[in-house]
Amino acid sequence: MAATESKRSSYFMITPMALVFTVFLVVPLLTIIVVSFWDYDEYRILPDFIFENYRYLLGSPVTWKIYLNTFKYAALTWLFTLLIGFTVAYFLAFHIRSLTWQIVLFMVCTIPFWTSNIIRMISWIPFLGRNGLLNQALMGMGLTDAPLEFLLFSDFAVILADVHLYTLFMVVPIFNSMMRIDRALIEAARDAGAGAWNTLRHVVIPLSKPGIAIGSIFVITVVMGDFITVRLMSGGQSASVGLQISNEIGLLQYPAAAASAVVLLLTVLLIVAALLRLVDIRKEL
Amino acid sequence: MAINREKRPLSFYFLAAFFALFVLFLYGPMLTIFILSFQGPRGGLTFPMNGFSVHWFGNLFEQQAVGDFGGSFLRSLKLGLIVMVVTVVVSFMAGLAFRRRFYGDSIVFYLAIASLIVPSILISLGIGLLFNIVQIQPNWFTSALGAHLTWTFPFGLLIMFAVFNRFDRSYEEAARDLGASPWQTIQYVVLPMVAPSLIGVAMFSFTLSYDEFARTLMTAGALNTLPLEIYGMTTNVTTPVLYALGTVTTGFSFVVIAVALGTLVILRRRGAK
Repeated sequence: MAATESKRSSYFMITPMALVFTVFLVVPLLTIIVVSFWDYDEYRILPDFIFENYRYLLGSPVTWKIYLNTFKYAALTWLFTLLIGFTVAYFLAFHIRSLTWQIVLFMVCTIPFWTSNIIRMISWIPFLGRNGLLNQALMGMGLTDAPLEFLLFSDFAVILADVHLYTLFMVVPIFNSMMRIDRALIEAARDAGAGAWNTLRHVVIPLSKPGIAIGSIFVITVVMGDFITVRLMSGGQSASVGLQISNEIGLLQYPAAAASAVVLLLTVLLIVAALLRLVDIRKEL
Repeated sequence: MAINREKRPLSFYFLAAFFALFVLFLYGPMLTIFILSFQGPRGGLTFPMNGFSVHWFGNLFEQQAVGDFGGSFLRSLKLGLIVMVVTVVVSFMAGLAFRRRFYGDSIVFYLAIASLIVPSILISLGIGLLFNIVQIQPNWFTSALGAHLTWTFPFGLLIMFAVFNRFDRSYEEAARDLGASPWQTIQYVVLPMVAPSLIGVAMFSFTLSYDEFARTLMTAGALNTLPLEIYGMTTNVTTPVLYALGTVTTGFSFVVIAVALGTLVILRRRGAK
């Protein structure tokens, strides 16, 4: 009697969240799948069942180039955020000894996450631009005669901005994993004669794997779907899958955008499925 | 204490230097646009400073210079507050529900995870198409609100999971033994204990919504939110008014964070008494 009642209250309590996910996540994704088989002309979208959108998308060499470019952004961003994020998390978890300082320094890393991404991208302009600080410094030191043009509006700028925006996604889960490592294990490794490097390799890194996997999922999915960083930081000179979709939306070619979106979604899901083999997310909370 | 007196290894200093560089990397660019937003009236987008003024901040409020800054700011503020209240209430309810197993619980959980990893532009496109097909006009307080909730709910739910996994249920049992009704138990025992985490959820959901761009792109309807307005400016504004806008919005975010942290500290002090 009490059990059925509490069950009923569970259903009541979960209903609002389930409803929002149904209306604003599940149905829209289904809509995208349906529309990806529709036809369109300059003015409207026309209900139909054709494979033309996919045929055009997958048959075009441009698509493959764009995917290659997006994978490149994702891979490089993943590599740098992992290296930087791991190092920062390691420093916070193992070298800072008071909890108060750990919290304070962790907050220092986290606060930029709560400010506008677009503003954070714009803020690279005075630094990287043709007359920016970096070029002025390089020329001042006599390292170059003319300003370097590749700093802003290039692949370099895109990856720099991605790393700047998303390293936190690595720091937080890796730090979380590291804080759960039993300190006795570290001491045991040291007592058994392992140096700092061996302790890191055989104790810390294996035990941080869940955090690394979660961070990787975040960083890779966000970069795979990104379009605004690529548009702003490459100055329109590079493409990504997300940018292609957003351009098709701009041209009102919704069925084409929907087909691109379905392919992107499948790609992202494959990557996530591969990474999830490494970690059980629900255990990590 | 002994551990504190232990000599720091050399690696500490290398890592500390690395950390300092990382912090500089995070805050340096922000600092430069803060300084440059005080450019003189004839200053440009890069250094050197051409005088020092608040000219560009004044410029911010002239319609013809930047478009509708005031209106879009108010819209984002209202939307953020609605998203915040809804996320706190709904996540708290869901967190309570998830303390028991129920049919379909893993479906909701995986929907939340899916909502986090599905690229934002797909949410935008999907909701935009859906509203288009059923012929409802998209609006910031309908379609954009829904789009933002798909982004804030997962964070809220995961935070509630983390809270309730560490929650000591004996307090609730004690309340029940003393004759409290289920609602009283939640009101007087559970709610005060999880209040700090709810403030965390509130801050997360407000700032995520306030800064959200991709999910708003196709869902905001006729009127822009602030991030859409800022994005529009990046393509056609070439004066430091862009930086002034950056300084103002970032400053506002900092105020929100400070208020949230301040409330947390006050709550903790009260709890300690």
